[in-house]
Amino acid sequence: MDVAIAQRPVRLDRRYLPVVGTLVVLGLMLTVGGTRYDNFLSPAVLSNLLINNAHLLVLAVGMTFVILTGGIDLSVGAVLALSSVVTASLLQAGWPAAVVLPLAVLVGSVIGLAMGVMVHVFGVQPFVATLAGMFFARGLCFLIAPESIPIRDEAFVSLASLSLYSGPWRVTAGVLVALVVVALAWWVLHLTQLGRTVYAIGGSEQSALLMGLHVARTKVLVYVISGTCAGIAGLQFAMFSRSGYALTGVAMELDAIAAVVIGGTLLTGGTGFVLGSALGVLVLGLIQTIITFEGTLSSWWTKIVIGVLLLVFVVLQRALSLRKT
Amino acid sequence: MSARVGTVVKHHLFWPLAALVALLVACTIKRPAFLRVSVLDDHLFGAPIDILRNSAPLLLVALGMTLVIATRGIDLSVGAVVAIAGAVALTFIASSPDPDSLGTVVGAIFVALGLCLVLGVWNGFLVSVLGIQPIIATLILMTAGRGIAMLITGGMITTVNSPPFKTLGSGFWLGLPVAALVAYGVFVVVAVVVRRTALGMLLEAVGINPAASRLSGVRARTLVWTVYAASGLFAGLAGLIFASNTMAADANNAGLFIELDAILAVVIGGTALSGGKFNLSGTLAGVLVITTLSLTVTVLGVSPLVTPLFKALVVIAVTLLQSPALRARLRRRRPGSPAPRVEQPAENPAQEVHA
Repeated sequence: MDVAIAQRPVRLDRRYLPVVGTLVVLGLMLTVGGTRYDNFLSPAVLSNLLINNAHLLVLAVGMTFVILTGGIDLSVGAVLALSSVVTASLLQAGWPAAVVLPLAVLVGSVIGLAMGVMVHVFGVQPFVATLAGMFFARGLCFLIAPESIPIRDEAFVSLASLSLYSGPWRVTAGVLVALVVVALAWWVLHLTQLGRTVYAIGGSEQSALLMGLHVARTKVLVYVISGTCAGIAGLQFAMFSRSGYALTGVAMELDAIAAVVIGGTLLTGGTGFVLGSALGVLVLGLIQTIITFEGTLSSWWTKIVIGVLLLVFVVLQRALSLRKT
Repeated sequence: MSARVGTVVKHHLFWPLAALVALLVACTIKRPAFLRVSVLDDHLFGAPIDILRNSAPLLLVALGMTLVIATRGIDLSVGAVVAIAGAVALTFIASSPDPDSLGTVVGAIFVALGLCLVLGVWNGFLVSVLGIQPIIATLILMTAGRGIAMLITGGMITTVNSPPFKTLGSGFWLGLPVAALVAYGVFVVVAVVVRRTALGMLLEAVGINPAASRLSGVRARTLVWTVYAASGLFAGLAGLIFASNTMAADANNAGLFIELDAILAVVIGGTALSGGKFNLSGTLAGVLVITTLSLTVTVLGVSPLVTPLFKALVVIAVTLLQSPALRARLRRRRPGSPAPRVEQPAENPAQEVHA
């Protein structure tokens, strides 16, 4: 009893340590950017940071659920493209936006459900099942429309160009959606039975099963959640680009996974926070912003910097987990 | 006899080979002369030869991937390594005073392969020494690798004109494509080394239970390190073949998604991603299925852009057919399988003998 009490504060610290690390990096980047460049910390730049990464934020939220159970979802980039292509082509065919929007999200949920069933019922490895999902969604995109479709539907365009101003700060519909998704995910993960089950499965599936938790239902459900998030992100991307194109979101699943890892979630599952993933997305977005501000650096430095940052975080996490055992 | 049919169906090569035959039959129906091989300009010519040549890079990458997966790992960085190998070799040739000389080309190949070996060793270091999960350890190079390739080519698509280098990708020797000879040669050498020595068994031991294998004296760390180095080297070789095929180093698109195709080939071949038992023959079958699939899609007149859809269908079909859960379920529904056979002897099996 005494030992448990004595250890408690230390253990809590450790759990939050990766997220604190992400926060420190974010703070450092903001400080460095703010001192190096004029206008870096202006509301316009920071608003754009959210606007440009709203879809990635939603993808990372879905990915967090899957990774927390110890799985992985490689299909999100392709499902995002599929959702945006479905939206654009149905709107072009004259369907009302009120029908198209839920339908596009539903496409993501259905693909997620199929992958979840493959993973849980048929025992296919998450990597392979979602890889198949990725190829399936990408192929379907090209089957529907090989070239980019512009969106001209009035209701959709007015929704896409909706901007709320609060002084110099600007928020679009896409950002609002992303914030709602993050808040919902936080609520589900930390305050509901489903969320506890997700963490329990990631900790040890066997134990979760023996505890009588709904392992089967939850394992399928996390892929449905991720697919749904990818569907929503597809809508956001369609609003952002006002078009649907089969080649959008190539390798975006890697950005989402990188954001989740940088946000302090372990790929083995069981530990991590959705707010950490959100911070991870902001870090990735800030790298892009800084490289744009620097001007002389070529775009490929983004990839190298993300790689280095991933390395630092992974080695840091490894050192932390080694010290624990 | 039904037991023998059962063993054939259960053999790990059955479903991949069935898929391969189905694809070839589909092509032959659409184009009757599909499987014909003729001699043209002193070398063999025809769709089967094309399949052999096109499969060369994927075979090399999948070979390394099989070994890595056997140790319970995965190497996501191979696509980036492919791009880096091409970028290094072509930049080396382009910047040399004499791009046509054999010496330059050999030098370029050595420099490129050397760098790829170093990249493989780096992955192996992260996994075996630092103990980072393979999927993230290689994700780092996967993300940064294409950036590095861009850095080497300066963001441009480097093109060169060097006949000796071109031979690697599109030349012929003894009537067969050089690329295929190189890839299949490496494959045979590795298969012999792995299966005729204890190496393969040791790799499986590491994959099945790393702790137990270490306790019984297997040098797990060295083995794991070696397979990642080998995977990097083979990916580099594949990158050289790619670059030689197009004579251009495209840092963005060379080897794009080849890691996924290689993993698919391994999975189609019946090696589980959970590590342990692996079979190189299955990987070969998987590589041929994937290469033939791309050709089939073109022969059938479907847009090559839709190829991923067919790939997905093949993967879903093969992985579901191989899944123990589905097999158990089918067995339960079907009478005349192991359990009931004891109660009703010889009736059904006897009919199958004559059929």
